[in-house]
Amino acid sequence: MCNSNEHNDIELLRFTTAGSVDDGKSTLIGRLLYDSKLIFEDQFESIKRASLKRGEHEVNLALLTDGLRAEREQGITIDVAYRYFSTPNRKFIIADTPGHIQYTRNMVTGASTANLAIVLVDARKGILEQTKRHAFIASLLKIPHLILCINKMDLVDYSQAIFKQIKNDFTDFSAKLEIHDIRFIPVSALHGDNVVDASTLMPWYKGPTLLYLLENIHIGSDHNLIDCRFPIQYVIRPESHEHHDYRGYAGMVAGGVFKTGDEVMILPSKLKTTIKTMEKAGEKVEKAFPPMSVSITLSDDIDISRGDMIVRENNSPDISQNIEVMLCWMNEKLLKNGGTYIIKHTTKEVKCIVKEIRYKIDINTLHRIESDKNIGLNEFARIFIKTAKPLFFDKYKLNRITGSLIFIDPSTNETLGAGMII
Amino acid sequence: MNTYRMLHIDELESEAIFVIREVASLFENPVLLFSGGKDSLVMLHLAMKAFAPAKLPFPILHIDTGHNFPETLLFRDALVSEYKLNLIVGSVQKSIDDGRVSEENGVYASRNNLQTVTLLDTLAAYKFDAAMGGGRRDEEKARAKERFFSHRDEFGQWDPKNQRPELWHLFNHKKTLGEHFRVFPLSNWTELDIWEYIKIKNIIVPSLYFSHQRICFKRDGVLLAKSEFVPLKPGEIPQLMQIRFRTIGDMTCTGAIVSQAHSVDDVINEILSMKVTERGTRFDDKRSDSAMEDRKKEGYF
Repeated sequence: MCNSNEHNDIELLRFTTAGSVDDGKSTLIGRLLYDSKLIFEDQFESIKRASLKRGEHEVNLALLTDGLRAEREQGITIDVAYRYFSTPNRKFIIADTPGHIQYTRNMVTGASTANLAIVLVDARKGILEQTKRHAFIASLLKIPHLILCINKMDLVDYSQAIFKQIKNDFTDFSAKLEIHDIRFIPVSALHGDNVVDASTLMPWYKGPTLLYLLENIHIGSDHNLIDCRFPIQYVIRPESHEHHDYRGYAGMVAGGVFKTGDEVMILPSKLKTTIKTMEKAGEKVEKAFPPMSVSITLSDDIDISRGDMIVRENNSPDISQNIEVMLCWMNEKLLKNGGTYIIKHTTKEVKCIVKEIRYKIDINTLHRIESDKNIGLNEFARIFIKTAKPLFFDKYKLNRITGSLIFIDPSTNETLGAGMII
Repeated sequence: MNTYRMLHIDELESEAIFVIREVASLFENPVLLFSGGKDSLVMLHLAMKAFAPAKLPFPILHIDTGHNFPETLLFRDALVSEYKLNLIVGSVQKSIDDGRVSEENGVYASRNNLQTVTLLDTLAAYKFDAAMGGGRRDEEKARAKERFFSHRDEFGQWDPKNQRPELWHLFNHKKTLGEHFRVFPLSNWTELDIWEYIKIKNIIVPSLYFSHQRICFKRDGVLLAKSEFVPLKPGEIPQLMQIRFRTIGDMTCTGAIVSQAHSVDDVINEILSMKVTERGTRFDDKRSDSAMEDRKKEGYF
């Protein structure tokens, strides 16, 4: 554990883990927490009791991550669970998600905010359909870093040949993916090899342990720092004597670096002005970049409201009502061609109509299925939508904030799907 | 380190402020739940910063069980007058007097469960459509499954198996009349993050969080403060101890820890070497392994 002075100046890494019932995902997380001494005594006692109750002789570290009663009873992870731990070097948020195909929507949810994905492979089984599915989801959601943990090395005699074979297989397959940073680690989550401590049983592996990689992987350039985007979230108007004409435009920077004195343009009016001041949590700042929440004052008095966007004149996002989207559908009710939905995109909320379902994607192979346009729960499709008002957006691969949207059912209010703008 | 990289505590602050501003934008009549505990003090600090230099655009709501530590109430009232806050108090005593709930009996009696009714009644009486709380996912295993925007049906109930997926920072705030939302801007904070933020921002917290002398006794492994609200069982012998509280709730359910932590720095160092979780000192969570999940389904904080 770390001392308090150091803890203040460390970065945050959000990562997701996907895995199925048997591939040891929960054991791996349990091991990560246990070996870095981040399991508390009362938690340990509680899972010890639960393990005994289930008739298991050893403490089942997997039980640490299952939060709801139904999950503990059935021994499965149903919903995304968020876990927290920190080391002297970084603070981590784990989005722990179930791996079975019926929980694809939970994996997508966990992936949406992650900088890094851990995908688990059983060394005895090699690359399976579900490994590919997990990697595809990471790729579609544009998670910048992927670590393939080849687990259960203890059950294949810590064989270098098997590790190499799986690594080669995955490297061939990953040519289809849009993930540029892929790492491979041979581990045994059960015994702790290469999780926190380096394995003495795999001297042929010279690379870092999982924890070392999580602590040191470079995440400094994961946000878009080029294209300036500031969706207006809330207008601060004190209407007090002291701050009579004050208008603070509050929001979270979605892209680029804003500086005081910068010339900026407001969308949709396209009026130009300059940034007068910026405040972060009540303190003046000179620069603002993602994902910083700030409040901006401008030199000119312009009518601006929630849903508008501050950008640079020579670098505008796309402005259109006709948008092509890669969709992950998350509801039992089928996506309706011609159907009307509510969309939330940055700080805007608009209605949309589904104009065309181009094709479904087989999430296990990434093949297009042009003949089947019934898009149901946990299925991916490429579609065209038309919105009631123009959106200001970027391609998802350029900006995960201005390129993402959700679909809401106007009658039941349920969240039906997640869209990534192509 | 990259110039354009945020430190973790700044990123958490930014995220929380974003969520608080979303609530102010999306709901007609939001309220901030306030207990006088450290998490709600951090929430209040963030909310005031989120709208500065304007005033807080919503009231704060305290559910008073009548079994509070006197220190908590004095602290609350001083804060309200200093920052001219609009405070609403929902009283569990009044819920009892009105016959909405009945007092538990016996040495284990607590008003912890009763306050859910008072909370829901107060939310309904003022027509609040969103209640922000200081709940954190690291506190408890059922809370680890909680959304930032947590939908409650017209009975105020939480349905953990039927939650809306929550993607990116696009929060679905849609509801029908009579339903409401609980919103948890501090979802991603840990106990340590809270204390580090308290340190960095010089946030004043009640003296109960620091080492002091108090007459306590041990019950089922938890150190409880001796008070008029907790009858003693035979064999329970109160004695003067040097303690502090790690969480602050009712006197009937908040356990103390033996501690020499006199300052925020001491507390941070103590947490770093701590071997049990924060809720390990809470009597209300010991009722069963899914005590929190069960209470939350009913509409608890």
